Amino acid sequence: MSASAKPISNTRSVTGIPTARLITWWVIASEIVIFGGLLASYIMHRIAHPEWAESASHTLTWAGALNTFVLLTSSLFAVLAHKAADAHDGPKAAKLLRLTALGGLIFLCIKGYEWTLDIREGFVLSSGGFWSFYYTLAGLHGLHVLAGMIILLIVAADAAKNQELQRVECIGLYWHFVDIVWIFLFPLLYIAR
Amino acid sequence: MSTEVQHAEPGFFRKYLWSTDHKIIAMQYLFTGMAMALIGGYFAYVFRMQLGFPNQHVPGYGIVTPGKYNALVTMHGSIMIFWVAMPVLIAAFGNFLIPLMVGCDDMAFPRINRLSYQIFLLSALVLLSSFLVKGGPFGGAWTAYPPLSASGAYNLTPIGATLWLLAVALEFVAFLLGGINFTVTAMNSRAPGMKMYDIPILIWMIILANIVFMASAGPLIAGAVMLLFDQTMSTGFYDPTRGGDPLLWQHLFWFFGHPEVYVVLLPAMGIVAEIIAVFARKKIFGYKTVLYTTWAVGFLSFVVWAHHQFVAGIDPRMANIFSITTLMISIPVTEMVFLYIATLYGGSIHLDTPMLWALAFIAEFMIGGVTGIFLGSSGTDIYLHDTYFLIAHFHYTFVPIAIIAVFAGLTFWYPKMFGRMLNETLGKIHFWGTVIPFNVIFIPLFITGIAGDQRRIYNYAQFAEQSRPWLQHLRTTSTIALLFMLAFQLVFLFNFFWSLRHGKTAGANPWRSTTLEWATLSPPPHGNFAEMPTVYRGPYEYGLAGRADDFLPQNVPDRAVGD
Amino acid sequence: MTTEAHVQHPNYVKVWAILVALLIVSVLGSMSHIREVVLIAAFGVALVKAYMVAKNFMHVNVEKRWVPYLLIMCLLFVAILFAGVAPDVMKHSGLHWTKNPADQSVPSAAGAATKNE
Repeated sequence: MSASAKPISNTRSVTGIPTARLITWWVIASEIVIFGGLLASYIMHRIAHPEWAESASHTLTWAGALNTFVLLTSSLFAVLAHKAADAHDGPKAAKLLRLTALGGLIFLCIKGYEWTLDIREGFVLSSGGFWSFYYTLAGLHGLHVLAGMIILLIVAADAAKNQELQRVECIGLYWHFVDIVWIFLFPLLYIAR
Repeated sequence: MSTEVQHAEPGFFRKYLWSTDHKIIAMQYLFTGMAMALIGGYFAYVFRMQLGFPNQHVPGYGIVTPGKYNALVTMHGSIMIFWVAMPVLIAAFGNFLIPLMVGCDDMAFPRINRLSYQIFLLSALVLLSSFLVKGGPFGGAWTAYPPLSASGAYNLTPIGATLWLLAVALEFVAFLLGGINFTVTAMNSRAPGMKMYDIPILIWMIILANIVFMASAGPLIAGAVMLLFDQTMSTGFYDPTRGGDPLLWQHLFWFFGHPEVYVVLLPAMGIVAEIIAVFARKKIFGYKTVLYTTWAVGFLSFVVWAHHQFVAGIDPRMANIFSITTLMISIPVTEMVFLYIATLYGGSIHLDTPMLWALAFIAEFMIGGVTGIFLGSSGTDIYLHDTYFLIAHFHYTFVPIAIIAVFAGLTFWYPKMFGRMLNETLGKIHFWGTVIPFNVIFIPLFITGIAGDQRRIYNYAQFAEQSRPWLQHLRTTSTIALLFMLAFQLVFLFNFFWSLRHGKTAGANPWRSTTLEWATLSPPPHGNFAEMPTVYRGPYEYGLAGRADDFLPQNVPDRAVGD
Repeated sequence: MTTEAHVQHPNYVKVWAILVALLIVSVLGSMSHIREVVLIAAFGVALVKAYMVAKNFMHVNVEKRWVPYLLIMCLLFVAILFAGVAPDVMKHSGLHWTKNPADQSVPSAAGAATKNE
């Protein structure tokens, strides 16, 4: 469906914020409560169960730290893509978005390897309170990374043709949010003992 | 600048099943919701027959066993809230009216709109599929407390339990997507000249409802993922022997569950506001006060949730706090009702069918609200919790919301939606045939509840101290009244479908209303307005003296006003 | 449809370098044996990093004012949730009650963590 088929409602902007970015902020707001709810549940259990520190000590901090680095770097590419889109350079923005998605892929691969090591040690979803929360939190986050990657590639495909460049910033915002969630997951799951 | 999209007349599939037009999507939600209402109503018929005539064969069903009873009440509650009230009040009316009332041609993101409905339809199908699986549909109550809901060995409906959870999760995703679309449209796509306080109250209410939903659904989505894992992956999130806590689910559920009732209340109050302004020929009394109290209700709704858990073993100090906040929230809600009554005072009241429904909403909802005081105070709630008093209270709030306000809206906007008028006489027969039996169903239940009748019990004869046989005539009365109420819905169904073809043709503005949806044809064409409107004033300019007409539509420029 | 640039673009690589440096600080700090140092390294740094991403990458501070207010409101709701639920979930005993399975889970949770159930 080409851009010319957009309804008038999509092109108006009474708030001064373009509709695409406006809907992105609302998506992020709703995701804050979803992750917040899960994180709050984890934190109150974690504080109530100091014995979980023993389980927590088995998480692979090097993998968590490396993944944090990967996501931070991919966020850099995402915001550079925004800068390129602002300069109306669609192909450059597309390239940077694809690098962002690559960062997401590397993140998931490192996580896959890390979880393989965990599972080999015998730590699975049902291995007790800490591990249940660990896999659920990181798993939900990972799903958001995967969904983000798919959307990044779709937006990149349009951007490469200099189309729908306003979406570059929007998917960047989503990706930065996913990054921020991980910024908090890292200490909660890997450092706090 | 208008978007002239040249395309050939679409075929049936593209026009009715794959459309991105908000009006079609609204109809999809409306008809799906109405179909689910028939199913939810049928379940109420079956279990009330069991309660009124215990252990008798129920015509059109059979014998109700304890397991089936649990599934019936669970499905009735779940369907009515998630698959009737929400789709009809928010998705159907919201979809149809928001672009029209703010003066644009569609939602800001029509394809996301279509996707929302498709996910919603999927959720309904997933729920219906649970009727066919081994064990049958989920029987752990719509509140799904673990360990009952987490363990198939306890609830005896293991597959149904997981399907129910998936259906609810999908429904949430559909409404999150749809709600965000509505909010962006109302914020950004308004007609030129429509400032914040020129927006019709109904639009404000739907948007605020969406925001409340969005902020409250998150923790329950997290909780549902955890419950799903407890059901299927042997985790112990809610199992105290494994480091979890069943109270956590209760809190996550009610943190959503209480704002949810305001999510459905707000659109209902919005519909009533629109109708009383038109049929009292008077502007809403205190538009800004209505708005500010609604914001207060929206915020307060987040800090009252544990009044559902007073007897669950929560910290008693929390019970104190939540009692206070619960009693506080009755203040802004009551204020809104007072503002509506003030709107009616001195107005030129026309008792057409939509107005009858709107007035009934105010009266019946007040009864629901007042009885809530006894439940919101933790002391009295210890006695009344989970009795039929509670059931009567929440039906005196939910039925006005999901049934009375819906009929108000349908009878009011039917001409705009379908280009025909409904039959007034049939409308009035349907009205009285619904409202009077409704009261006869639930007033006896207040009495049996105070006497001590517990809810979710399929047959009191099983429990000697519960049986209170002298109350059976009240239970039976309630059932018979339900039969009458269900029978009168046939009048509505006949009126609705017959008028589609044979009703009087409706003009653009049969009710002589000021808001923008009446400024275009009935039904509106694709693109809604031949020329996008501009707004010059607020939405309730009625009762104007010294003019040919007693109302001034929002989109009529001042110059064009006849002198 | 192209964006009208509504932000000034700072030096993003510099921001990224600071974020990576903070990451290293938090990892090094976590290896300390002093509890306060670990907590500040872990969560203090996380808060700073999150703020920097929100400000420099997401440009929240340049947006219309109600956007950060909306986001903060959502965080506030999460805080309300925590405040209302924690007294029930976190405590294992009160004036007149104890949560027996939770007390007994101290050995069992630790034991279960090393078993593949």
